Amino acid sequence: MPSKLTNVVIAGLGGQGVLKASDILADVAVRAGFDVKKSEIKGMSQRGGSVTSDVRFGDAVLSPMVPPGEADFLLVLEPTQVEPNRHSLKPAGVLITPEAVHPEKLPNKKSLNVALLGALSAHLPLPETHWLAALQEAFPPEFFEPNRQAFLSSRAAQNNTGSR
Amino acid sequence: MSAVKRQLLSGDEAIALAALDAGVALGAGYPGTPSTEILERFSELGGRGQWSPNEKVALEVALGAAFAGARALATMKHVGLNVAADPLFTAAYTGVAGGLVVVSADDPGMASSQNEQDNRRYAVACGVPMLEPSDSQEAYDFLFTAFEISERWKLPVILRATTRVCHSYTLVTPRGPNGPPRPPRFERDIRGRVMIPAYARPAHRRLRQKIAGIQEWNEACPLNRVVPGAKSLGIITSGISFMHAREAAPEASVLKLSVTHPLPLKKIEQFARSVDRCVVIEEGDPYLVEAIRSAGVNVEGKAEMYRFGELDVPRVRRILNRDASPEPAKPPGKPPQLCDGCQYRLVFETLRRRDCIVAGDIGCYTLGVLPPFEAMDSCVCMGASLGVGLGLRHVLPQEQARRVVSVIGDSTFVHSGITGLVEMVYNPPPDGHVLIILDNSTTAMTGHQEHPGTGRKLDHEPTNKLVLEDLARALGVKRVHVVEPRAGSDDFERVLDECLASRELCVIIARRPCLLIVKRLRELERCECEQKDTHAQQTH
Repeated sequence: MPSKLTNVVIAGLGGQGVLKASDILADVAVRAGFDVKKSEIKGMSQRGGSVTSDVRFGDAVLSPMVPPGEADFLLVLEPTQVEPNRHSLKPAGVLITPEAVHPEKLPNKKSLNVALLGALSAHLPLPETHWLAALQEAFPPEFFEPNRQAFLSSRAAQNNTGSR
Repeated sequence: MSAVKRQLLSGDEAIALAALDAGVALGAGYPGTPSTEILERFSELGGRGQWSPNEKVALEVALGAAFAGARALATMKHVGLNVAADPLFTAAYTGVAGGLVVVSADDPGMASSQNEQDNRRYAVACGVPMLEPSDSQEAYDFLFTAFEISERWKLPVILRATTRVCHSYTLVTPRGPNGPPRPPRFERDIRGRVMIPAYARPAHRRLRQKIAGIQEWNEACPLNRVVPGAKSLGIITSGISFMHAREAAPEASVLKLSVTHPLPLKKIEQFARSVDRCVVIEEGDPYLVEAIRSAGVNVEGKAEMYRFGELDVPRVRRILNRDASPEPAKPPGKPPQLCDGCQYRLVFETLRRRDCIVAGDIGCYTLGVLPPFEAMDSCVCMGASLGVGLGLRHVLPQEQARRVVSVIGDSTFVHSGITGLVEMVYNPPPDGHVLIILDNSTTAMTGHQEHPGTGRKLDHEPTNKLVLEDLARALGVKRVHVVEPRAGSDDFERVLDECLASRELCVIIARRPCLLIVKRLRELERCECEQKDTHAQQTH
């Protein structure tokens, strides 16, 4: 049997930063030394349609796509996209939605994708230093600080509630 | 630093990096999902990548470079190879002096295409070798192998990828630059490259001899490898299906085919004999299963239902379980639509109000077919709006014929619409015709690439500009209008009514830059002005 894999599906609408979020997650997993694959269909994403991106990491990843019902985590940036993607989550999987982020703690709505990564990060075996390094590389200097704050505050909130 | 860094790259990015490392002198193509990023990345990395008006020209430019002894790359989506098929078939006869690799990026499942044709058939039909990578590392490595095959046998080679290989990110350890490429030089070979019948007849025989030689070589090629496993189940597979199959049946023995034309049939037969049950797992057409069976090797295929769409791990499990029961429907997502502020909304609203019969074309404006507009009546292939619109005009009763318009984007017009416009002038319908060119100054659908009508090259540097209205007038169209479709103005509607009533040949250029590139355009124009100023100061 293959070694343990972590399967994450990120979903939202075109323009919300789904692909940016999956780029960052995949980068962190690479930095942590895992085998990583990331897959998405993005042909028409810029026209406001549904976008999903699959990220898988572990000792060895084969198919780049998360099979339906096998996602450990489903991260959804837009509430209307929860139902169309729920089938990807496994029975004990964790659903992370914008509700995981307090609106007051998110001064810039554009950082929602990174804030949700913060919530996700509390569940993953990936060190904080790698997350911050990946964020730094993903954004120009002026956008790094607000994204760092968005990430850390929802990471801390998730750790405090500690709930699944 | 000598440590080779592993990088997370898409298949397209891996091909681009390999092109740079393998010393490709020239890459040419036309944008098309999922192939577009190859040349963009190649250019960003410092390679010479250029957009051609269409794939046929791109392949011909690459062929010329390969005649000169250089390594050349032509990139396109699967349907692009239909356009480039003419040069490819005969380039297989002429062969090349340098290396020529044609990337065909197929789109099973049609994430962003009008059909899901399986271009593995082209390798067979043309008689050219074909490689199929299954991840980014292989996309990188196989480009080198493709050039080695091309140079050894002096043949064009197809590197056939699919959407999941092109657009999935997997780890790549690059091998680094190849060393300086051979300098191109012209060596005359009239009998080899001028395909008059007398020279083409022996060329066809030479081609088949080359293919026989490559088949022999391929029997021992280590890229076709066996992953050892149980004797009870053997799987023959290639491309992305290899990954799905390994995950769906980790216990199985697997023959992973990488050079999939000409097939190593002896190796395949040996593998099939070594297992109790041998199943072919392939996406799309039953290409492998038919070829293997026709060689007299008994293998199991898939139910017809799995010909449609992409494969994934659950579908491979179903094929292995011989399960042909209906699959669970995927919940529908939100479909794409014309952007909220898109100027073409006004165009399609107008066409709908006029109850026009709209021969449409390929681009984001094809979304005019969806509610609330539903203002498109056909969309077949690049450029077809012209021919189809003219055919409708020729035979429909007058009351209907007079409502027919052809609608095409600027990049698509340059790709394949110009010859259609010549047809319009040459064989005018009795009540004239109206061509609407939606000119948003970019190839928007594929992510905003330049084209000859923008006056900028792939890397956005300025070049000669094709002026669409001048072209239309030069072809003999008397009524050429340029209008800006915008909210609160009835200019477009007025011009359309005039043209429809005129019963003449009309071209309406509805020109306004795509709102998604307005910022970038301003920036580019500012840079160009500054460059001109500096130049003016220097010359004074």
